Amino acid sequence: MLAFKLAFKNIFGAGYRTILNIAVLSFAFVTIIFYNGVIDGWNQQARRDTIEWEIGQGQLWHPSYDPLDYFSYQDAHGPIPEALQAEVSAGRLAPILVAQASAFPQGRMQGVLLKGIPPGQSILKIPTAALEEQDGQVPVLIGKRMAQSIKMKEGDQLLLRWRDKNGTFDALEVTIAGVFDCNVPTIDGGQVWLPLERLQDMLGMPGQATLLVAGEGFTPSGDTGWAFKGHGYLLADLNKIIQSKKGGSGVIYGLLLIIALLAIFDTQVLSIFRRQKEIGTYIALGMTRWQVVGIFTVEGTTYSILAILLGALYGGPLLWYLSEVGWAMPSGSQDIGISIADKIYPVYGAGLIVTTVLLVVVSATLVSFLPARKIAKLRPTDALKGKIQ
Amino acid sequence: MKKIIIIILPIIFLLGGLSAQDADAILKKVDENLSSENRVFESEMIIHGRRGSRTITSKTYSVGDKRSFTEYLSPPREAGTKMLKLEDQLWIYSPATDRTIQISGHLLRQSVMGSDLSYEDMMDDRKLTEIYSARLTGEEVLDGRKTYALELDARVEDAAYHRRKVWVDTERYVPLREELYAKSGQLLKRTTLSKVEKIQGRWFPTVIVFKDMLKQGDGTEFRMTSIQFDQEIPEYLFTKAALKQ
Repeated sequence: MLAFKLAFKNIFGAGYRTILNIAVLSFAFVTIIFYNGVIDGWNQQARRDTIEWEIGQGQLWHPSYDPLDYFSYQDAHGPIPEALQAEVSAGRLAPILVAQASAFPQGRMQGVLLKGIPPGQSILKIPTAALEEQDGQVPVLIGKRMAQSIKMKEGDQLLLRWRDKNGTFDALEVTIAGVFDCNVPTIDGGQVWLPLERLQDMLGMPGQATLLVAGEGFTPSGDTGWAFKGHGYLLADLNKIIQSKKGGSGVIYGLLLIIALLAIFDTQVLSIFRRQKEIGTYIALGMTRWQVVGIFTVEGTTYSILAILLGALYGGPLLWYLSEVGWAMPSGSQDIGISIADKIYPVYGAGLIVTTVLLVVVSATLVSFLPARKIAKLRPTDALKGKIQ
Repeated sequence: MKKIIIIILPIIFLLGGLSAQDADAILKKVDENLSSENRVFESEMIIHGRRGSRTITSKTYSVGDKRSFTEYLSPPREAGTKMLKLEDQLWIYSPATDRTIQISGHLLRQSVMGSDLSYEDMMDDRKLTEIYSARLTGEEVLDGRKTYALELDARVEDAAYHRRKVWVDTERYVPLREELYAKSGQLLKRTTLSKVEKIQGRWFPTVIVFKDMLKQGDGTEFRMTSIQFDQEIPEYLFTKAALKQ
């Protein structure tokens, strides 16, 4: 208790030096929480969007299907296994058929992926209800990125050319029935969504699919030959990106923290140098050397506590405000192939705050203790005389 | 009345049969002119784009419809690029990266160096008689030449184009124009062939203009600057190793 009393007294007595230390450390504290909050927010949003828009509760892949291998697309289709037909009928599985094609917006040729999906599905958030055919038109859906890249909008006509299962060319003009806005680029860029049965008919592949997206209530069972891919597998890339981002951001806020800790370290070294008589007096009054080391260490730790309090004072409202209005991502960052929203809403979990508090307190204690160890070697008589050792 | 029908119907069927037979015979003669055991040719590909035209020269060695090897000679940017087709596989070697890549899927549908030809078009080189049944629909005059107008319908499942219209020179049995259609009836490509020359005893068009009807632009002109049939082509050319040499 005495150590804390002395620590507070000395800290407030140090004036501007204290203010500077606390300000820098509090800034590092708030920055760490904000940075990690943004990454956690992005992680949550990206996982949620990917599940809702692309992968559902998992996917069953045709044995030849490999989304990263375009060579596989030509053969990656087959009849939906008999054992899964009931699940498809019950709406717990949404079949998707994938084929390569060319689109000709404004007379330019562009490679696209055609994806057939049942218009009545409710597993994915893609607004497939717009794919119900009427007036003899073939409706298609495209994402906002695709719409921007081909400069087309709802109601426009798009010419598609593809090869059927035998390799024969076919072409058709389709109508863009809707442009959906989602943050998952893997279902948007270079893709055209069509009614499943229409695409099956176009390709000469009735009743066939490339993959099946699972909804709530589906439990993979039995060996159908189609491989089930759960969230662990389908979100692995996203998890790796998040981990790598966290690692990268750690360097940035680590540097900031080091600057703040360096200030505390310097302050401690200076205090011990200037307060040798005080140290000698403590020892002369009967304190052990390690008790004096404790007083100085607590002083350093107190900086971190005050920094946390100050950080909470201005950082609390600021971080809350940012979590409400979101953090705008630079334009173009959505085109890099990973799920990222226009705005990221930071999420500050209890774990994040506790970890950051511990990080700041422990590191501040450590850098306070390191120079204070010198006191343990001081001779009290020399200290009382103020002799520099 | 019945008697008239009984007499006329067999005549109609007979004429129709003759027409098909004639058309197939015409097509066979076309194949005889255009197909060869092997050929070596140098060509200029003039691509007419929106920003002007550019010319790419190349030398090609091909054997039947299964194997071919092309080396691009100019412009400097494309020089040294080589293309190897073996059966239904295609590889491209780029000297800039010193890499050989296999062209497949999406890439096969891309145009070759910005032209109106896709890699797929370059790979499909079978005889017309192997793929199509022909029907003679009439005679027309094209650029002062009398032609047979033929309609070709695919009789194999894996034909790239479901239907073609071909105008064949009645004297030289060389197509002067071709239109390629999708299954839906959409016109996909138009080819105009001209400058027909007699080379090693066969008539051969030395200028071909390809126009992708779905794309903008004035098409791609393909000029054969030299062509030799039935030459001795070293086997090693049709290996992936030859691409890097």
